[in-house]
Amino acid sequence: MKERIAQLREESLNTRPYISIERARLITEAYKKYEGTVSYPVLRALAFQYLMEHKEVYIGERELIVGEKGGRPQATPTYPELCCHSLEDLEIIQKREKISFLVSPEVKKIYQEKIIPYWKNKAMRTRIFQEMSSEWKDCYEAGIFTEFMEQRAPGHTVADEKIYHKGFSGFIQDIEKALNTLDYYQDPEAYDKKEELKAMLICAKAIINLAKRYAETARLMAETENNFQRKQELQEIARICSYVPENPPRNFWEALQMYWFVHIGVISELNTWDSFNPGRLDQHLYPFYQRGLKEGTLTPELAKELLECFWIKFNNQPAPPKVGITLAESGTYTDFANINHGGLKADGSDGVNDLTYLMLEVVDEMRLLQPSTNVQLSKKNPDKFLRRACEIIKKGWGQPSVFNADEVIEEMLRQGKSIEDARCGGTSGCVETGAFGKESYILTGYFNLVKVLEITLHNGTDPRTGGKIGLETGELNHFNSFEELFLAYQKQLHHFIDIKIKGNNIIERLYATYMPAPFLSIIISDCITKGKDYNAGGARYNTDYIQGVGIGTITDCLSAIKYHIFEQQNLDWKKFKEALADNFAGYEEIRQMFLNKTPKYGNDDDYADEIMKIVFEAFYQEVNGRKNTKGGVYRINMLPTTCHIYFGSVVGATPDGRKAGEPLSEGISPVQGADRSGPTAVIKSAAKMDHVKTGGTLLNQKFTPQLLEDEAGIRALMHLIRSYFRLNGHHIQFNVVSADTLRAAQKEPEKYRNLIVRVAGYSDYFNNLSKTLQDEIISRTEHKSY
Amino acid sequence: MNNGIVFNIQRYSLHDGPGIRTTVFLKGCPLNCWWCHNPEGQKNSSEIIFYEDRCKACGLCILHCPNNAIQMINGKPITQPEECRQCGECAKFCPTQARELIGKKMTVQEVVQEIEKDIIFFEESGGGVTISGGEPLQQLDFLLELLEDCHRKGISTAVDTCGYITWNRLEKIIEQTDLFLFDLKLMDNKKHKKFTGVSNQNILENLKKLSSIHQNIYIRFPIIPGVNDDIKNVREMGEFLSTLRITQINLLPYHNLGLEKYKKLGKNYTLTMTRPPEEDKLSTISRILQEYNLKVKREG
Repeated sequence: MKERIAQLREESLNTRPYISIERARLITEAYKKYEGTVSYPVLRALAFQYLMEHKEVYIGERELIVGEKGGRPQATPTYPELCCHSLEDLEIIQKREKISFLVSPEVKKIYQEKIIPYWKNKAMRTRIFQEMSSEWKDCYEAGIFTEFMEQRAPGHTVADEKIYHKGFSGFIQDIEKALNTLDYYQDPEAYDKKEELKAMLICAKAIINLAKRYAETARLMAETENNFQRKQELQEIARICSYVPENPPRNFWEALQMYWFVHIGVISELNTWDSFNPGRLDQHLYPFYQRGLKEGTLTPELAKELLECFWIKFNNQPAPPKVGITLAESGTYTDFANINHGGLKADGSDGVNDLTYLMLEVVDEMRLLQPSTNVQLSKKNPDKFLRRACEIIKKGWGQPSVFNADEVIEEMLRQGKSIEDARCGGTSGCVETGAFGKESYILTGYFNLVKVLEITLHNGTDPRTGGKIGLETGELNHFNSFEELFLAYQKQLHHFIDIKIKGNNIIERLYATYMPAPFLSIIISDCITKGKDYNAGGARYNTDYIQGVGIGTITDCLSAIKYHIFEQQNLDWKKFKEALADNFAGYEEIRQMFLNKTPKYGNDDDYADEIMKIVFEAFYQEVNGRKNTKGGVYRINMLPTTCHIYFGSVVGATPDGRKAGEPLSEGISPVQGADRSGPTAVIKSAAKMDHVKTGGTLLNQKFTPQLLEDEAGIRALMHLIRSYFRLNGHHIQFNVVSADTLRAAQKEPEKYRNLIVRVAGYSDYFNNLSKTLQDEIISRTEHKSY
Repeated sequence: MNNGIVFNIQRYSLHDGPGIRTTVFLKGCPLNCWWCHNPEGQKNSSEIIFYEDRCKACGLCILHCPNNAIQMINGKPITQPEECRQCGECAKFCPTQARELIGKKMTVQEVVQEIEKDIIFFEESGGGVTISGGEPLQQLDFLLELLEDCHRKGISTAVDTCGYITWNRLEKIIEQTDLFLFDLKLMDNKKHKKFTGVSNQNILENLKKLSSIHQNIYIRFPIIPGVNDDIKNVREMGEFLSTLRITQINLLPYHNLGLEKYKKLGKNYTLTMTRPPEEDKLSTISRILQEYNLKVKREG
């Protein structure tokens, strides 16, 4: 690693994130100045312009790619117009044990005096909660579902290649053309379109202006710089920033800087939090890379150095902290920028190129949480590509994850996208499928599949609070068959999805009305031609997602009920209820029976896997195809992020043997410890789900480093992935476990029953080994793991 | 339709032949190697294994034992060996899996059903099924039918054998076996008798004959320090193998990880003081064997 990179990386890793007041202050000033005098799109644009005009311009020592969201690396702006942190929130942000941010007294003072008084009653979060029905609030508080948009804007989208072909001057031309062709006679929305397009125009000019400010700063710094090399670099930065993003980039360096200004624009305009990233970067940059090498203006070394500077920029932008309960419970510094590698080109040919490998080298060397990275693996991609990915996976820090490019494309085709748009898309966030640069694919909230079962088992009542939030679908002893019980579950599902979607459709209109995103709209097709905002249906495709959580847990629960109550009849409803109500205290035998004598999902056992399929199908039927307010529809995906932990905390003991409050299963992975037949069995079970009906599923597999240390292990990993994808799996990631995990497994063996370790010439379940042997493996792992 | 006694079916085996494999372990072995790491495979009938640390002393095993062979002693249900008929009822009802029946009667169809679950992985990786043990040829009729059935389904087959069997029995499976994993331990017959309980004459003869007929044989050489890792043995082995047609030789370094199993089975283990072989030693052995033009591969 070059010294420059090592230093920038260190700085990024060692600087403590802090709350930056700059954005909150500037946005508040702009709103005070303009609110009430202009339309909402224009207000948003003027606020953006004000921010770009006044925000601090920072160029770090040795940086080659410039631009920060706040004033420094790790500065974390807030978005009071979306959700306004209270003073208590700021206290928690600073004091919570994990992932704390520095909050200076000045920040608190300005919050108290200026920010809170202005935004307290009109932040989006306040508006949203005012508009939600009491039944929605009951469900929200019970943990039936979460709501993404109460703390951040709908932003799930990714850039495509158009920004590299078209500078913002080109976008300005397009916008002006659209403005000039508005038809005020025939089109009743002409005025609204005019306001939106005006707003886009302001934003396009504002980002050019920000770049010019960077150019000017670089020029001034160059004048006083004594180091000759740095002086030249600063002069180059000045040249680049005065050229892009106004004009389309001419070389590799300009292309990276072009994207980075767009990135800063998107994440400064609103707190999209989740996903914005360059997407298929190896495809977009390859022409610049090739040309540079050919003309002799670029070398692979320089390209790598620039890419590494670029990588570090992502890691400099912590995710904004949340508010309220979620702030205390869940914390993360990371955004979810997830850069794609490989896949297919628009014409359907193999997309892996030299730059793909160079970028994977960068991934390997950087080892940063952000940007996250994935490989889009098509059957057309060579094994060499997969092998390179596996070599990095083996090192055990969780990247890159692996996606089935052919399946991702198939999912988009099923949703009605054109084949080219599908091939130029990919996955972002965690595992979400999208048509990059052309789609708004919003995650609207996690949905607790297990909680709905718990409520079904209590005839509509939430046993945790006693509140009757569900339907009365019958007392347990009235169910004469498993099918009757499942019918009741489906009724409850319908009830709760109705509530969720009603809420979503109101929230969507609130954003469309009060919180347009004219900057983001410039770069997402077809907002300009439609004259419509990204948040109001301007994108070519508009998909809303509800994410199902706990499919493994609910499958095992239903399997236990079907098997023990209806078939084996070795348990009656009375004892069943008592055991769960008492959290298995005094009912350990029943719990052990649930744990050990029940068919479980993840073992390639059709008994359990068939149940997984009917739950999945019920959820799919309930959500898929319902209309949203943007001309698109609702769809499902199966991913939890970390929500399976929160959802578990609101669910009592369950008949899979899980105790009250413990996490639910994550993604489409089996319940922690329930899969006991090895990785091929997990893959077979998971592949029985009809992945093409989703917009993404997440499968996690845990391996120890020993399992992957030799050639046979690496090859087997490659074959596992290829096999899963042949079975149409969407995504798989490998968690190569550390010695710490093994120690935890020693303490709580029950939770780690599925942990496979490579022992000698063979592999075994960690649990099966004696304490001594476990210790030996732990000490071995210490050396082997990263 | 034959029944076999199977004591394990291990999916995702990576070291019993090429690719991703499912290894089926058949119970019963004519040898009694001191270092055996699958002692539960030696006896040709079922056995009960007891994991004391998992037992919650609920007493369900006592309740369900048809032979009244289990008694609660010091708060633990202990099986009286002379009363136990290895029927497995206790294991069936034990909620914590503290009791496990080693060796299950299975039909060929049942075993094949398990094997074919991973066909896609076999195809993708060039893997297949490996029948191991114990000594799979101990259950010849079952084995043969199993191999035939796998072949009918297009699954590649391997058999891991100690080679101690009359030739006319071994001969029967040749056509249905795509790969032989043939164990070779000691060239000195006296030592062989001492450490495995049987003579190696028949084993060496079988290997000779087999290699003249079969195209694909991997020799499996377990390296047991102090038993067979001496230069003399390695050279004799190299010499012998250099006259035969074999595909490769796999070195399997000794480990004492089977020790726990001995305890749970109530068996004695003799090699308690033996340690895994040193790296240097393995390289030396590997180098020597290569001198005989053998393709050497470390496994494990």
